[in-house]
Amino acid sequence: MRNIFRGFGAVFYKEALHVRRDAGTLFFSLTMPLLQMFLLGYGVDTNIRQINTVVYNADGRRESRELIDRLKNSDTFHIFSYVQNDHDLNDLIISGKTRVGIKIPVDYSDRLLHNMSAQVLVLIDGSDSSVAGQAINVTTAIGLDESLRRVLKDRADFAVDMRPKLLFNPDSRSPNFFLPGLTAIMLLNVTTFLTAFSIVREKERGTLEQLFVTPVRPYGLLLGKLLPYLGIGFFELCLILTFMRFLFRVPIHGSVFLLALLALPYLFAALSLGILISSKANSQAEAMQLAFLPILPSVFFSGYIFPRETMPAIFKPISYMIPATYFINITRGVILRGATIKHLWTDGLALVVIGTVLLIIAARRFQNKVIMA
Amino acid sequence: MARTLQSNGEVAISAEHLVRRFGSFTAVNDVSFHVEKGEIFGFLGPNGSGKTTVIKMLTGLLPLSGGQAHVEGLDVRTDSESVRERIGYMSQNFSLYYDLTVAENLQFYGRIYSLEPARLRRRIDEIVELNGLEPYLNRLAAQLSGGWKQRLALGCAMLHEPKLLFLDEPTAGIDPVARRQLWDLLFELSGHGITFFVTTHYMDEAERCSHVAYIYYGKLIADGTPNSLRELPDVQPHGTKRVEITTPEVTRALRFARQIPGIRSATIFGQSIHALIDDHCNLDDLREQLLKHDIAVGEIRPLAPSLEDVFVELTYKHQALLEAARA
Repeated sequence: MRNIFRGFGAVFYKEALHVRRDAGTLFFSLTMPLLQMFLLGYGVDTNIRQINTVVYNADGRRESRELIDRLKNSDTFHIFSYVQNDHDLNDLIISGKTRVGIKIPVDYSDRLLHNMSAQVLVLIDGSDSSVAGQAINVTTAIGLDESLRRVLKDRADFAVDMRPKLLFNPDSRSPNFFLPGLTAIMLLNVTTFLTAFSIVREKERGTLEQLFVTPVRPYGLLLGKLLPYLGIGFFELCLILTFMRFLFRVPIHGSVFLLALLALPYLFAALSLGILISSKANSQAEAMQLAFLPILPSVFFSGYIFPRETMPAIFKPISYMIPATYFINITRGVILRGATIKHLWTDGLALVVIGTVLLIIAARRFQNKVIMA
Repeated sequence: MARTLQSNGEVAISAEHLVRRFGSFTAVNDVSFHVEKGEIFGFLGPNGSGKTTVIKMLTGLLPLSGGQAHVEGLDVRTDSESVRERIGYMSQNFSLYYDLTVAENLQFYGRIYSLEPARLRRRIDEIVELNGLEPYLNRLAAQLSGGWKQRLALGCAMLHEPKLLFLDEPTAGIDPVARRQLWDLLFELSGHGITFFVTTHYMDEAERCSHVAYIYYGKLIADGTPNSLRELPDVQPHGTKRVEITTPEVTRALRFARQIPGIRSATIFGQSIHALIDDHCNLDDLREQLLKHDIAVGEIRPLAPSLEDVFVELTYKHQALLEAARA
């Protein structure tokens, strides 16, 4: 019986036994992602609201108070305090208690009444660019709107009326944005760690060396190790989707079946990565460190948190090598945009290619190197 | 190199000029030996001298840097898969799955060798019977004592009925009873025509082997039956003899013995001293000399060199050769 998958059945069965015996690890690795999900689902909101703002109203008359009310009503600003001089205004921003300082000059109302341009100073703490961006946009819009209303007193309609409409996530709910992406990251964590550990454990124990003295073939061994964890990854996916749909109320617009189907090549790629890691690491501690390596680029370059569009050009090619990039597009595509196989088959294909390449590299390393360790 | 083995039977292992380098370090340096079928071949040497490396080369775990090796008539470089089907290997740390039961370990290794279900069942029954594993079948391997772990590991290595078994330090860290039982088992199996390649640190185990070789930092410096090695001229230099002196005061006796002319070397062995003395040295004179120092002497009798003596002498000689070469 000379086939390159020799020993697959035996290894698969044994691995399933290991998983069953070590229920603690399994439980831990399945619940950790759920914990992350709770933190991100309940604890993080990317919509910027209620920015702490300090106001120095040197004018104090009706027009200036109306402006402050408009800022408050935008829901973007929360008036933290009123101050009476420039020094206090600056101080509150430097201390970090407020992010935005608004100074209305003493002649604000006078200039408006005389149809002159009135200036309002808006100081913004630029250290958090998303907060700063939102503050700039909203204050500029309010200023523009205020100006137009004064100019167009008698005409009701604007010449050009932009009507933006948010597709797919109309309420801009953060869980809708985060959780589909988080699915990809969590699956990567669990499966990479579990496979890497299962192999490195055998290295430490010496059983891997024993297996290499038997007629088991590298592909039989690796696939036998990989498939049980593919099963676990798949179960994890179902768990995550259930929580996402019914607890966090993220609507799934596309086909769950398609999502499950496309998860297979992703899990395959993640598991192959785990095997590759284990071919390098000789101890569980080393495997732990190495397994963290792919996590960072997967978080930062895959579009999970930061949009890939704004990425510097040199990082673009990296993002194409990361399996999470494709799977995040798949999860967001299916869950939020109702995408079908027609839209996503290229992502699926990319994952198959990445997974195969990783597995071949890993198998070769096992054939040549691990043996000597 | 001392080589005194007569080859007449069938060869199980033939190693010709084996070399293994790791970078600039030569772990195995031009090692040649033959193991005949049915032999218990004891492979000895200090830690780090290359014993395990040689096993790994013969089992196909490590590629050869030079030389050639045939196992059961197959070239290990080109036919390693067929070699692996025919051999069993038990590593130093008993490669068992501790979170699987005894029965599960046996089943797993049986399946790895693709034994038919019926044959697997029969073999497991036989192995369990042979090793007395019956009471422990459903126990986790982790819960077994060292001796039982070793029996299970041996059982796993023989499921597929290999004709040649490599045992790397099979008795390291197990109790004396288990050690004795293992050797009894090896003799029984050897009687059925199975060849054993055994590495060990224990000299008493070496004495039990039908064929021993000694590797010293990559070089094979002895190869032969225990008796043929004892008679080597390097071990028993011309004009000398070995005697055993029994005395209750070994440490004091040793101190004086070393000063007596005619005694070339002396070492303590329990309640006696083993000494290499000049042939012309009279045993009664020796006794007189010791008595003069108030040392109670029991018996003084001629002694054949132990294997330990053999390896010590050969090591000295090898070191001297190395130093001469360096100078």
